Amino acid sequence: MSHLLEVIDLEVKFGLRFGDLTAINGIRFTLDRGERMGLVGESGAGKSVTGFAIINLISKPGFISGGQVIFNGQDLTRLGAEQMRDIRGNHISMIFQDPMMTLNPVLTIGTQMIETLLAHRQINRRDAKKIALEKLRKVQIPSPEKRLGQYPHEFSGGMRQRIVIAIALITDPEIIIADEPTTALDVTIQAEIMDLLQQLCESERTGLILITHDLGVVSQVTEKMAVMYAGKIVESGPTDRVVGNPRHPYTQGLIKAIPGNLQPGARLSQIPGMMPTLTDIPPGCAFNPRCPLSDAICRKQEPPFVVVDHQTREVACHMVNPEPSEKTP
Amino acid sequence: MSRTWQRFKTSYLLFSFKEDRTAIFSAVVLLVFLITGLLAPLISPYDPYDPANNDIMNSEMPPVWMEEGETAFLLGTDIQGRDMLSTMIFGLRLSILIGCGAVILQGLLGIVVGLLAGYIGGKIDAVLMRIADIQLSFPYLMVAIFISAIFQVAFGIGRYEELAVPLLIVIIGLAEWPVYARTVRASVLGEKNKEYVEAARVIGLNRWRIMFRHVLPNTMTSVLVISTIQVANAIMSEAALSFLGLGMPVTKPSLGSLIRSGFEYIFSGPWWITLFPGIFLVLLVLVINLLGDWLRDVLNPKLYKG
Amino acid sequence: MTIAPTPRTDQLLTLRNVVKHFDISGGLLDQLRFKNGRLTRRRTTVKAVNNVSFSITAGETFSVVGESGCGKSTLVRTTIGIYPPNSGEILYRDQRIDNKNAQQMLPFRRKMQMIFQDPYASLNPRKTVMQTLEEPVVFHNPRISSADVRQRVATVMSQVGVDPKWAGRYPHEFSGGQRQRISIARALMVDPEFIVADEPVSALDVSIQAQILNLLMDAQQQRGLTYLFITHDLSVVEHISTRVAVMYLGTLCELSPAKPLFETPRHPYTQALLSAIPKLGRPASQHIRLRGEVPTPIHLPSGCVFHGRCIHANQRCRGEIPMPKQVETGVIVACHGIEEGRI
Repeated sequence: MSHLLEVIDLEVKFGLRFGDLTAINGIRFTLDRGERMGLVGESGAGKSVTGFAIINLISKPGFISGGQVIFNGQDLTRLGAEQMRDIRGNHISMIFQDPMMTLNPVLTIGTQMIETLLAHRQINRRDAKKIALEKLRKVQIPSPEKRLGQYPHEFSGGMRQRIVIAIALITDPEIIIADEPTTALDVTIQAEIMDLLQQLCESERTGLILITHDLGVVSQVTEKMAVMYAGKIVESGPTDRVVGNPRHPYTQGLIKAIPGNLQPGARLSQIPGMMPTLTDIPPGCAFNPRCPLSDAICRKQEPPFVVVDHQTREVACHMVNPEPSEKTP
Repeated sequence: MSRTWQRFKTSYLLFSFKEDRTAIFSAVVLLVFLITGLLAPLISPYDPYDPANNDIMNSEMPPVWMEEGETAFLLGTDIQGRDMLSTMIFGLRLSILIGCGAVILQGLLGIVVGLLAGYIGGKIDAVLMRIADIQLSFPYLMVAIFISAIFQVAFGIGRYEELAVPLLIVIIGLAEWPVYARTVRASVLGEKNKEYVEAARVIGLNRWRIMFRHVLPNTMTSVLVISTIQVANAIMSEAALSFLGLGMPVTKPSLGSLIRSGFEYIFSGPWWITLFPGIFLVLLVLVINLLGDWLRDVLNPKLYKG
Repeated sequence: MTIAPTPRTDQLLTLRNVVKHFDISGGLLDQLRFKNGRLTRRRTTVKAVNNVSFSITAGETFSVVGESGCGKSTLVRTTIGIYPPNSGEILYRDQRIDNKNAQQMLPFRRKMQMIFQDPYASLNPRKTVMQTLEEPVVFHNPRISSADVRQRVATVMSQVGVDPKWAGRYPHEFSGGQRQRISIARALMVDPEFIVADEPVSALDVSIQAQILNLLMDAQQQRGLTYLFITHDLSVVEHISTRVAVMYLGTLCELSPAKPLFETPRHPYTQALLSAIPKLGRPASQHIRLRGEVPTPIHLPSGCVFHGRCIHANQRCRGEIPMPKQVETGVIVACHGIEEGRI
């Protein structure tokens, strides 16, 4: 079965003065139409870089050093600049963390929305304006006609992020990549924005790759997820299974470290140490110095992907045994 | 001490310097200039300020590679019979002295004003910045003429010649301190709201201590960046003043005065009197500016990848 | 009448009717406006903290929660003396500290310290760790010997989990989590009783958060510290707090011990806030939706500041500011609806 997006063994390196550093070391996942997927990890894990790599937005000194990103049958890593421009903002859109950085402060939002449309479609201004209004209504901005002529600073943080979502949706893309879209927002606004995103993805059948460090948000909005550590995916599978029954020691540690799941006042379970920086990734399994289960083999060999949980999930760990196939009576 | 040296050796600053050929070239040339200026009394063939050396019979001799040139005077002589090379070396020394002196004065004054205005804010800020604006609106040339003329009239030419260097330092220093004040003030405004300043207040430190011991060191980067440009500007200002006859007196010529004295002869007659000091001056200012550019790029936090 | 808590001997810190407004009108020229043919002066004030009162008991962890613009940052900075309040009183162990000059505040500065949110901006980039840590000690104890200072620095650094050998390094050589530990060390250097923590873990990853929170809780136990904690992360609040105050637009909405607050939130804003927290494994869209947008603290709504977004608002809510009233032991709520028994 062919997927809408297929990332195969993607590798991204940074060429620095003392050598090349590997930021992403061979990750793979797939995304289908309308599927919502979460890419979870802490800072430095490489999740944002993954998002940028998919639409080939990695800036020097970074570069894609290997692997493929197959979208609708085409390998995006091999496309020229002109063809990539056709894909970006058109078939695959991206939403960033800080709406004030995404929106140009000196242009009205109407200009920014219409500009995006005109860049990708052969339509006249009037029709573009109609589509812009329709999208603004879809993201629940009240009195959109008046709002089109306003500047970003005249909106609150939550509304700005809605506008950013509207711009992302304006060309009816097949996939939206959302990089920490709600981290800069208050909790009540965050809940609304994530709701909105989920609704829109469902109604428009848009695929979503949600990049975040917030496990709570991921568990509410996504159907499947992948956990990243030091440039690799360590666990992936359906969201409720991964969160409900994590198999990789890192995922387990992450979930246990979240307060709210313990007796108040008790010491939080903590993962000792820190995620390694790109320059000192240990040999073997990158997590082994911090792992409670680590053994000799973990220090020597990189762990293979093991299929568990009735064939639904993959875990990269030496210490996890593949489950025998379910014996149905 | 060796830890600092270690840090320097592996720093991005050194790395970027080694990569940038323009920076290396400029630094080398500047170093040569500085050493020349510093050691002027030792390496100069003659002492150009000693009237005994100025034999009018030797005046207007061309450089050594032209006919009528003599090896005693490598780059020729000026209209008073002074050896061009010696005069230029001493002139270089004067330029550097006045340039650096003026910048130090500007810097001290400007930094203190900027710090007070930026940190204390309110009325003090308003008053100090208005003074800076007024200062900037006086064209420094006009101020220089004014002060120069008054001084000469009041104290006579002899006194003027003795005090020319400090006087020029003061004039140029006072003309440009607002540049430092504004830069430092902008920097301070940015640092003032950072949490380490709040932390210092929570510890109980008084505002003077916070200003000078906490905030000021963090503004030094921007000060360093504009300092190179300001030195170049100060040198140019002194040259311009001397060219107009308001700077260094005839008995102690700087590069600017030399250029002036040979100006009418550029196209006919001893053209070397203007050309060589001119080239010297341009080269000096150029390498300072180039180094300044490199420094600014290196210290720019957004470009900084170390 | 407002319920202003009367200070008792075990109350470490008391706030009474504290008000803090900021005048951002700018210079004279910025204020002038041409309206209806006349030149008028327009003053703009940010009403950050509006009539807040509460007491903190020694040894407890008192958390203040709320979203951006609620005034919690201003509140704690006013409490610790970075800003003077416009009106109201702040008492530390029954002594007023809001009207003291810098010299008189010095003994209090030794007892009250603060930890900040941004690990990258809270340490002076030009000072080594040693210089940053020794400064508070030397400032408050000028006669202390340098050997003693070094010893203390090493001890505190070990206590927060940073290797004392690195005291000669600069902040940029450390990670975010380590810098936050150094910030905590700085606060602990003078051996304080009371620490204000302004979002100390918000800028850190989840696994580092856990380490820092554990560190803070350990320090509290070992030293008998009292914390005033600000955060927007309610799951952190639930875990470490003794009592919680919920703020909205500079006003205290609800004040309650932690467990009852999370089990039975009273104030409509608290209910909405709690329902919005994404909980692992719970499906979304169950949260309470608030109408409208957050108003700015420059133009405060009349009456109850929350009335514009509250589904229970009535005429009285629009006109009259609700006063905090005790609903049951230890639980204070400022809401007409609760008072009238409507909610």
